Amino acid sequence: MANKLQFDLVSPESLVLSAQVDSVSVPGLEGDFGVMPNHSPVMSIIRPGVLVVENDGVVSQYHLDGGFVDVTPEGVTVLAETILTEAQAAERGVADEA
Amino acid sequence: MASLKELRNRIASVQATQKITRAMQMVAASKLRRAQEAAEAARPYADRMGAVLGNLAAGITDPQGAPKLLAGTGSEQSYLLIVATAERGLCGGFNSSIARMARAEAYRLMAEGKDVKILCVGRKGYDVLKRNFTKELLPLISYQGMKKIGFDQAQEVATQILGDFENGGFDICKLYYSRFQNVLTQVPTALQIIPAHIEAVEVPDLGGAAYDYEPEETEILDALLPRNIAIQILRALLENAASEQGARMSAMDNATRNAGEMIDALSITYNRSRQAQITKELIEIISGAEAL
Repeated sequence: MANKLQFDLVSPESLVLSAQVDSVSVPGLEGDFGVMPNHSPVMSIIRPGVLVVENDGVVSQYHLDGGFVDVTPEGVTVLAETILTEAQAAERGVADEA
Repeated sequence: MASLKELRNRIASVQATQKITRAMQMVAASKLRRAQEAAEAARPYADRMGAVLGNLAAGITDPQGAPKLLAGTGSEQSYLLIVATAERGLCGGFNSSIARMARAEAYRLMAEGKDVKILCVGRKGYDVLKRNFTKELLPLISYQGMKKIGFDQAQEVATQILGDFENGGFDICKLYYSRFQNVLTQVPTALQIIPAHIEAVEVPDLGGAAYDYEPEETEILDALLPRNIAIQILRALLENAASEQGARMSAMDNATRNAGEMIDALSITYNRSRQAQITKELIEIISGAEAL
């Protein structure tokens, strides 16, 4: 499992997550796309939706209200204004298929 | 020479003041820690935003087609100065140094015949500047009583500015705030946010691959630039909050020390005059006894 990618999830108020993960699925403006290690460089705007992060079989989801993603060979950086974990989203009554 | 009672009262009143300043110092110290954490937490986002924008801007070769927020309106006639200060005083030279810097710039621009508008975020800067400017001053934006400044507030300010910019209200926008260096040093800083001031960044090694843009580069820039304004404002507000507490802490530390010195001096005067009084009474008694 040496082949992982660096994933940073950043909101203006804090660095939510910075970790090595297996894959990330991003709700891009023109469609969802998955990012695995050694993905070609992409810059995309994120539409409001759910970001899925998978690591060692553990899947975690984050609800974003839109933002921006920068994929480089070194890793993925997601910038979003509002980031809610699943638990926070459930608390606020956001539907899963936001 | 003041009477003993007067001296006692003075000492008591200085002591009371000292208690207040010491309490304020401690409150500022604990608030400072929180403000500093908030300012530091905002840094990664702003840094990365800067890097991404730098990347994009480097790729734009045709300045004509570039968004106005990046390239400017092509004119330099009207300026908007955003002056971010604190809501409260008693923090040393913090508010006045920011206001002074903005005022100097405003006068300089007006002398050059430019149109200047000033937007104050924070009551204290407004209070200072309204003495010198009247028609240039836009209505105050104040977050008084707000416990924590967050992205929502910055977004609010940014929306107002961007709306004005779209309507051709100004060509260049500069932001004045105080950069937090450490507890003792806060540096009043001017930052140009429109057109965006992009720092030169190293283009990351893409391993020979070209960037895919989804959607087009210009659309991404259009989405990113307004967001960048909000981020810059948020950063300024957070740095300001930390600076304010730092400035207040050192100002109150000084005040506490001064009060201590004053109490010492007054106590000496008090003791001297008390002894003089006793000596005088003794002399009166002795000379009275001798006269008999």
